[in-house]
Amino acid sequence: MQTPTFEESAKAYLSDTQLRRNIGHATHTIRDKRQTVVDEMPDWEVLREAGSSLKNRIMRHLDEYLLQLEESVRQAGGQVHWARDAGEANRIIVDLVKEQQVEEVVKVKSITTDEIKLNRALAEEGVRALETDLAELIVQLAGDEPSHILVPAIHKNRAEIRELFRKKLNQGELSDRPEDLAEAARLYLRKKFLSAKVGISGANFAVADTGTVAVVESEGNGRMCTTLPETLITVMGIEKLIPTWRDFEVFMQLLPRSSTAERMNPYNSFWTGVTEGDGPQEFHLVLLDNGRTNVLADEVGRQTLNCIRCSACLNVCPVYERTGGHAYHSVYPGPIGAILTPQLRGLEDEGAASLPYASTLCGACYEVCPVKINIPDVLVHLRGKIVDRKKRAGGLNAKSDPEYIGMRLMARAFKSRSRYERAQKMARVGQKFFVKDGTISKLPGELSGWTAMRDLKPIPNQTFREWWGDRDE
Amino acid sequence: MHISLFITCFNDTLFPETGRAMVRLLERLGHTVEFPLEQTCCGQMHYNTGYQEETIPLVRRFVEVFGQAEAIVAPSASCVGMVKEFYHNVADRSGDPELMEQVEAVVPRVFELSQFLVEELGVEDVGAYYPHRVTYHPTCHSLRVLHVGEAPLILLRNVRGIDLVELPAAQECCGFGGTFAVKNADTSMAMLGDKIRHIKDTGAEVCAAADNSCLMHIGGALNRQRSGVEPVHLAEILASTEEN
Ligand code: SF4
Repeated sequence: MQTPTFEESAKAYLSDTQLRRNIGHATHTIRDKRQTVVDEMPDWEVLREAGSSLKNRIMRHLDEYLLQLEESVRQAGGQVHWARDAGEANRIIVDLVKEQQVEEVVKVKSITTDEIKLNRALAEEGVRALETDLAELIVQLAGDEPSHILVPAIHKNRAEIRELFRKKLNQGELSDRPEDLAEAARLYLRKKFLSAKVGISGANFAVADTGTVAVVESEGNGRMCTTLPETLITVMGIEKLIPTWRDFEVFMQLLPRSSTAERMNPYNSFWTGVTEGDGPQEFHLVLLDNGRTNVLADEVGRQTLNCIRCSACLNVCPVYERTGGHAYHSVYPGPIGAILTPQLRGLEDEGAASLPYASTLCGACYEVCPVKINIPDVLVHLRGKIVDRKKRAGGLNAKSDPEYIGMRLMARAFKSRSRYERAQKMARVGQKFFVKDGTISKLPGELSGWTAMRDLKPIPNQTFREWWGDRDE
Repeated sequence: MHISLFITCFNDTLFPETGRAMVRLLERLGHTVEFPLEQTCCGQMHYNTGYQEETIPLVRRFVEVFGQAEAIVAPSASCVGMVKEFYHNVADRSGDPELMEQVEAVVPRVFELSQFLVEELGVEDVGAYYPHRVTYHPTCHSLRVLHVGEAPLILLRNVRGIDLVELPAAQECCGFGGTFAVKNADTSMAMLGDKIRHIKDTGAEVCAAADNSCLMHIGGALNRQRSGVEPVHLAEILASTEEN
């Protein structure tokens, strides 16, 4: 499959003024709030270090921890299913749902289910998957795609949501006050919660030694979905493990402050298998690979799996802030998406392979990441893999690629002093065609991107080394 | 002290005035400055764009040229960041244990100019005079790779005659990002637009920074807009005196 490249898509989104305003405003607000609640923690850096070490340990022994989790969940009365890819996961879930003979299921917000396109797979079998997170519901009603991993409707403002609810929820009179909008959704959803027989969720964490699964959220819809239905199906990427219950100590401090800028999430739901007479009586845990073991196999890329999906990196990213999430053509946008998507999807996909270049390497993401994923390092590592692939493909493709030609010529020049000095002189002579009134305002080919909006100063008549040589004499 | 100037290919070719300013400044402070002529490029552009194999010979060249130097100082936070933070990655990739050792040995002696002055030499007032309204843009690599912190601002505050004004949203990236500025020109420009707006809001006539690469990008738009604001490298401000 080929998705469009980031640079192509970004153009359109950059000129969407409403989107620019909505996302710019939202990311700045949450960015500042996060900073405030992080600054009140004297041991924040130690916590980050702990989070990163724990996750690194899990990735080193993932095979063992996964088997331990499977055993723990079974012991507690749950059932575990292994899914190699999206197709397998969907088949497992569709079968489980059909066994219950229902036409509708309620869902807790889960990016993993978006990743495997579960709702579509269910719809094809005549089952309607109802999103119960307010923002996910908005996106679903609008027939849109999420654009942020925590705030899927971040690209929409109140006026747009009011219009949508008026149309889709048959609300005649409705103000655009947040309380009224939430109330309209609440009334609509309440009925559904009470009648649903099957709930589907993702997972923030699963504890290997107890089999406990955890979902943290703000609205309470997750609590409803995981407690009211008779059957609960949880889909989880295989990297979401933590070794012991005690490790929540670290992650329950890191996650809420980094994601919603709260000291604690309003709703923290934990369940361990099934409990007789209390909550769902059937629990299925679907463990999803879908490319994750490939990520694990790459020593530099592996840290990508440490991600706890807090979205702090999106909120500080100067690129995401301006293009929004849809330009990334993935359920994982922003900096984490730029490293995760190409690794999950593979570099053959041109769109995915354009993502590691959708960054200035400014490092803002690395600075805030609660589990210290060195995103710039992984971005550059992936760029290296992309170029290596291009070289291996060889042939005309590589030979006619202007960037490749330029890079090779420059690498050659930099290898010897005399060639380098000759290249400096040639550039000085060559630029004569483009200098006008002491400025370069128009360049051809690949470089026209620069001069489309920026001038360039001509190369001065004397290089530094020439000056140094004259001075020495 | 014997200081070896790591001028960077970018400054050597495009911004020689910055290098001349560094020589004036360091000599004024009583140091001996050397310029090893065999130096070319640190390899940052190749490395960051994904041409990592091509970077290996450039790393080799760097350790050969500067291996014996007492202190290696550059007017570029991003090139110094390349050497200090990423050379060991390149050396690892080469699989050559000798290169890994040489990199280990040279890295602690490589410095960005402002960090060198404040943290290594303990100089906060370089005796400069610059009677202009200046705003300072802290580049991403100086802030988040090298962690130079307040060093450039400490130096600027002690410049006589200067009217130093704070840049709003200073820590936000200007949108340069090397080949990003060309590959993702539209997004780059959207970022630059906001940076320019903040610079203009300060009413400054000069925008200073520790990297001429970011300044070339910022200055390119300032010039296109005939904004009346000039990009000037930090070294040039610090080198200015009443006589010169
Ligand atoms: S990469 Fe780090 S900052 Fe970004 S979502 Fe994941 S955990 Fe959060």
